Amino acid sequence: MTDYLVPGLLVLICGLALGKREDPYSLLAEGGRDGLKLVVTLVPTLVLLLTSITMLRASGAMELLGRFCAPVFGFFGIPPETALLVLVRPISGSAALAVGAELMAEYGVDSTVGRTVAVMLGSTETTFYTISVYFGAAGIQKTRYTLPAALMADFTGFLVASWTVRLLG
Amino acid sequence: MVMSWIFMGILLISSVCALWTGRGGALSAAVMEGAQAGISLSISLAGSLCLWSGVGRLMERTGITELLARLLSPLLGFLFPGTKRDPVLAGHLSANVCANFLGLGNAATPMGIQAVKRMVRPETPRLATDQMCRLIVLNTASIQLIPTNVAAVRVSLGCGTPFDILPAVWVTSLCSAGVGLTAAWVLGKLWKHD
Repeated sequence: MTDYLVPGLLVLICGLALGKREDPYSLLAEGGRDGLKLVVTLVPTLVLLLTSITMLRASGAMELLGRFCAPVFGFFGIPPETALLVLVRPISGSAALAVGAELMAEYGVDSTVGRTVAVMLGSTETTFYTISVYFGAAGIQKTRYTLPAALMADFTGFLVASWTVRLLG
Repeated sequence: MVMSWIFMGILLISSVCALWTGRGGALSAAVMEGAQAGISLSISLAGSLCLWSGVGRLMERTGITELLARLLSPLLGFLFPGTKRDPVLAGHLSANVCANFLGLGNAATPMGIQAVKRMVRPETPRLATDQMCRLIVLNTASIQLIPTNVAAVRVSLGCGTPFDILPAVWVTSLCSAGVGLTAAWVLGKLWKHD
């Protein structure tokens, strides 16, 4: 079922565009140029992030962190290997992607850890970034309960990701 | 500046850790390996970012985002009562939620900022209102139809079925949005304007 979602979406939007006498091919290419610009700005950050994460892994610090967090994570059923991802995810989006990619490579994309990491990345957002950008731009200083509520949503995401991977495969 | 301190911290922690566990060789190899992995990750993301930016452009032009916004308006009216009186706010909000739903994070942010600016109350310009908190929670729960970046990373690591995690992703984001919104509702009752 999910196999046909992306191809179907592509067929649908190209068909709709043609029906409206638009030019889907050049629109796709035009949008793609913007996407490529985004990639270029992303490259140096990802290089720095992966350098530091690979160093953490090689030095054994990641294992220590996992072992340190294992009791709490085990209690909730979250794989302790994902400790660094859980800590980094609310703070930086590209760092989370870098940590996630490293974890998937280390444990295998289709292992339980690899799949949990993928679901976690797909179903959570960079909370601190979102709050600071949205409220910063609007000049909001008293954020009241926004941070606790948003972190609660994040935590639920990590928790449910660990469960759904086991239940839904 | 914050990132500089974090980077410094990571360098220190790994160096001390490697010294303690005697893994100096692995650590120095990791520096070069990591830098290379950064480039590989960027390349594995490049294709999907490129394609998906194009798809986003096309969805805007064909009116799919508008259609989705119309479908979502009852739900938005329930979560954000202000949209009933203010059609411009309703427009910004639905554009933000739709862009997030379709995985176009870069398009979602400016719309979200516009929405928050419009929700500011003139009497209390610096105070976050209940509606703003709900908007942030909805954004951080990341209800997304197709998480393309994750799928791209999975493909680059040799996964043949990158989208088979979708049901799990959907269930998870719906749960986190539900819990987040409930938490916001409960906290909103307790945490009155100060």
